[in-house]
Amino acid sequence: MLLRHTPKEIKERKALTINPAKTCQPVGAMYAALGVHGCLPHSHGSQGCCSYHRSVLTRHYKDPIMAGTSSFTEGSSVFGGQANLMQAIANMFTIYNPDLIAIHSTCLSETIGDDLNQIVSKAIEDGKVPEGKNVIYCNTPSYVGSHVTGFANMCTGIVKGLAKHTGTAIDQVNILPGWVEPSDMREIKRIAAEMSAPIVMFPDTSDVVDTPQTGEFKMYPAGGATVEAIASSGDSIKTLALGSYASEDAAKLLDSKFKVPYEVLDIPVGLSATDRFVEALANAAKVPVPASFVAERGRLVDVITDMSQYLYGKKVALFGDPDQLIPLTEFLLDLNMIPTHIVSGTPGKKFTKKIMELCAEKAPNVNVKNGQQADIFQLHQWMKNEPVDLLMGNTYGKYIARDEDVPFVRYGFPILDRIGHSYFPTVGYTGGIRLLEKILGVFMDKIDRDADSTKFELVM
Amino acid sequence: MSADKKLPDPSKLKEEILSKYPAKIARKRAKSMVINDTKLDQEIQSNVRTIPGIITQRGCTYAGCKGVVLGPTRDIINLVHGPIGCSFYAWLTRRNQTDPGPEGPDGENFINYSFSTDMQDDNIVFGGEKKLKQAIQEAYDIFKPKAIGVFSTCPVGLIGDDVHAVSREMKAKLGDCNVFGFSCEGYKGVSQSAGHHIANNQLFRHVVGNDDTKPEGKFNINLLGEYNIGGDGFEIDRIFNACGINVVCTFSGNSTIGAFEKSHTADLNLVMCHRSINYMAEMLETKFGIPWFKVNFIGAESTAKALRKIGEYFEDDGLKARIEEVIAEELPKVKARAAEARKRTEGKLAMLFVGGSRAHHYQELFKELGMETVSAGYEFGHRDDYEGRKVLPTIKVDADSRNIEELKIEADPERFNPRASDIKLETLKEKGLEISDYRGMKTDMADNALIVDDITHWETEKLVDFYKPDIFCAGIKEKYVVQKSGIPLKQLHSYDYGGPYAGFEGAMNFYADIEMMLSTTIWKKIKAPWLSKETDPSICAEYVA
Repeated sequence: MLLRHTPKEIKERKALTINPAKTCQPVGAMYAALGVHGCLPHSHGSQGCCSYHRSVLTRHYKDPIMAGTSSFTEGSSVFGGQANLMQAIANMFTIYNPDLIAIHSTCLSETIGDDLNQIVSKAIEDGKVPEGKNVIYCNTPSYVGSHVTGFANMCTGIVKGLAKHTGTAIDQVNILPGWVEPSDMREIKRIAAEMSAPIVMFPDTSDVVDTPQTGEFKMYPAGGATVEAIASSGDSIKTLALGSYASEDAAKLLDSKFKVPYEVLDIPVGLSATDRFVEALANAAKVPVPASFVAERGRLVDVITDMSQYLYGKKVALFGDPDQLIPLTEFLLDLNMIPTHIVSGTPGKKFTKKIMELCAEKAPNVNVKNGQQADIFQLHQWMKNEPVDLLMGNTYGKYIARDEDVPFVRYGFPILDRIGHSYFPTVGYTGGIRLLEKILGVFMDKIDRDADSTKFELVM
Repeated sequence: MSADKKLPDPSKLKEEILSKYPAKIARKRAKSMVINDTKLDQEIQSNVRTIPGIITQRGCTYAGCKGVVLGPTRDIINLVHGPIGCSFYAWLTRRNQTDPGPEGPDGENFINYSFSTDMQDDNIVFGGEKKLKQAIQEAYDIFKPKAIGVFSTCPVGLIGDDVHAVSREMKAKLGDCNVFGFSCEGYKGVSQSAGHHIANNQLFRHVVGNDDTKPEGKFNINLLGEYNIGGDGFEIDRIFNACGINVVCTFSGNSTIGAFEKSHTADLNLVMCHRSINYMAEMLETKFGIPWFKVNFIGAESTAKALRKIGEYFEDDGLKARIEEVIAEELPKVKARAAEARKRTEGKLAMLFVGGSRAHHYQELFKELGMETVSAGYEFGHRDDYEGRKVLPTIKVDADSRNIEELKIEADPERFNPRASDIKLETLKEKGLEISDYRGMKTDMADNALIVDDITHWETEKLVDFYKPDIFCAGIKEKYVVQKSGIPLKQLHSYDYGGPYAGFEGAMNFYADIEMMLSTTIWKKIKAPWLSKETDPSICAEYVA
């Protein structure tokens, strides 16, 4: 067994996390910063942070992930990191010529109390930031929240640093897509285009972390929301914030700073969440929902009706990030599946509350936990006590899946051992079909593998 | 390019690279970029601070300590004291294979687990020692491990949590669990290298020598600095087995706490990765009298050479004969495979920027493929890894190195036992064994080869453009950067999830993988056909008409 020491008996833990269902803030900030065109993310801390974050993002996307580090030493940890950051800003503009640098802090620089606002102001005063270039920043102490919090904080940093208000409203809707894949961001743009809804979306990592092989390395790929587009978001008529954990703070800031009203929606994963998104976008942009969407939606519903015998009543264990798990749980319930065990390392009371509400009718006995010690070890123990038919989560789930012989669908971050998430969305109606295809695929592979030769089916 | 042809002079390239840097940085980087002249002793500046913002390959001290040295040991719980990320990122990402055997008391394997105190803001403000104690207790209650290692991350040192005191207290409380700490905060030192040193120190202090049980083999060795990435250690063990050489302990591939505890009973230490483990070799020699020499099991010829050195050391005709038999059994098929691969690899160019020894060792494998290494450098090497240990007395100890503890080791009053006389060691030196020595990378590189320490992204781009190598070797962060430039990159940390590459079988795996990478045809189809065609407007016009 791969996880041979995981006992069925559950002992309460108050201090020890085993096999976490989260990671720390800065990686989320780095990912969000990549969704701005011409941006070079910068990690203000030890070299290891930057190296680890670049590595995990690279393994997930199989694409270049560029970022700088302040390379703290013991001396800078004692005397403060200002000199390192000032030098880093100057060097990055001189050597790598980005349009902007997006700085995030780390547990190290937060603990010693480096003031990013003051350091960046000083860098500007000292002429380290060339004319027409920008430096934005956010605080991402690793000992608060999770990687999702870091993503949210950088989204807020982007608004704070780049959004402007000219006084003339622009007939466009801001979309904060939340921490989703470049494929999902591309799909959201397609949905908006199909509806003829003018949008500004940021961050947008499509064409940044899913770049084509051209034989030429581009440090700043074609994609990413432009500084100009983000600037205009202060003049938009509305903001749709997808996922309260990743996007609500930035939407709030656009509201409080520039009076752009906002609505928080779930990330459009699955049937019901996509319905709400499509309607909300149509309302916000004052456009009709095109007929083509009835067909798109109908195709998803058609697959569900066709295949429901394989889905009905199946128990599912899930781990990942709240903004994904909430609509995913709702989708599973729409499929008449039974969300049974759910964990997320990301803290916040509204998560369990929301899951309990969703499951109240169809899966009232759901085990759900988030925050500290809500880890994959806990999930595995629950599975040993109440087995499930399907496990969904990031790549680390495969150790449980193999030990327990449970069909496994990779979903979330990071996915280190399969491709596809960069290219094929799981949002929208078509994304729903892709999720179904994956779920049905692992179910049917197991049926095929386990069927006695007399019961082996050709048609399923 | 054949090996006898001189490499191109990269002086202009170096100038061009430096011209982009501000003057002060250019001066600093110039000292870390050396055009090799085999006739000269040249200083290669290394193990110095990375310039902020320059985009480095380097990681941190914690990574070197927990990730590299302690990561491969299966029956210790490596508890990371800090916010969650540090433990998360070091969770299974280094491909240390291990074979725990069947489940049971001797079948412990915690490598697939990640343990953390997941420090929160109140722990930062009020201190995290209480939570750490509680976490150690919980780990013990659930898993009953033989040992728990506690790893400090950046904030731990800053807020003053004393992981050593907590470890001592918990060790005494638990009774049958060896609990010890590592002050491996990420900001210490200038790279992973400091973490290796800290790991060596604490293993030596808390584990090595705890069990005096004598090994049963006749030729008892430790293999130092071999981490069983992709199963390298398994292949080396297979060869040792065939030769009748008994490995008491490997530091630290496929290792156990029990093996570390007995490692002082071996009669010889073989050092693979000099950078990460030379401290252990020196301490074992000083305290217990075990000599060490440098070996390299990367490359078939190097493997044969290493085995013969072991035979020389033990001065046993039976062992020597057995080693020759094994080499005679293994080497011909490896050579045949190399000859086959050379049809596609001969004369091709390689570049290696990785590690603290791999960038040196892998040049051997490329030589066996008839390939030339035009440029190479370490991510976290020191001057001795480039220029050889002869420069050790001349290395200036700077503030960053001074902060890393240097253990004062003396001969153990009871257990010190010199395994070989000075005269014997001198004789072996004369026979070419690198006794207590490592000659470094530089001496094995061609004239005009460009040696670059702690290469930056900008330098990487320029080097690729200048040399247009057929293959580039580095790590995951560089992988797709270089491949997007149309050049295949071989990861030499993770082996691109392949391997083993050590020993005889490993050499054949490497030949096959490099042959595959150089023969993959998709690189020729990068350009869309309509962009590849000559665009002649007149022809277009005719066609349209």
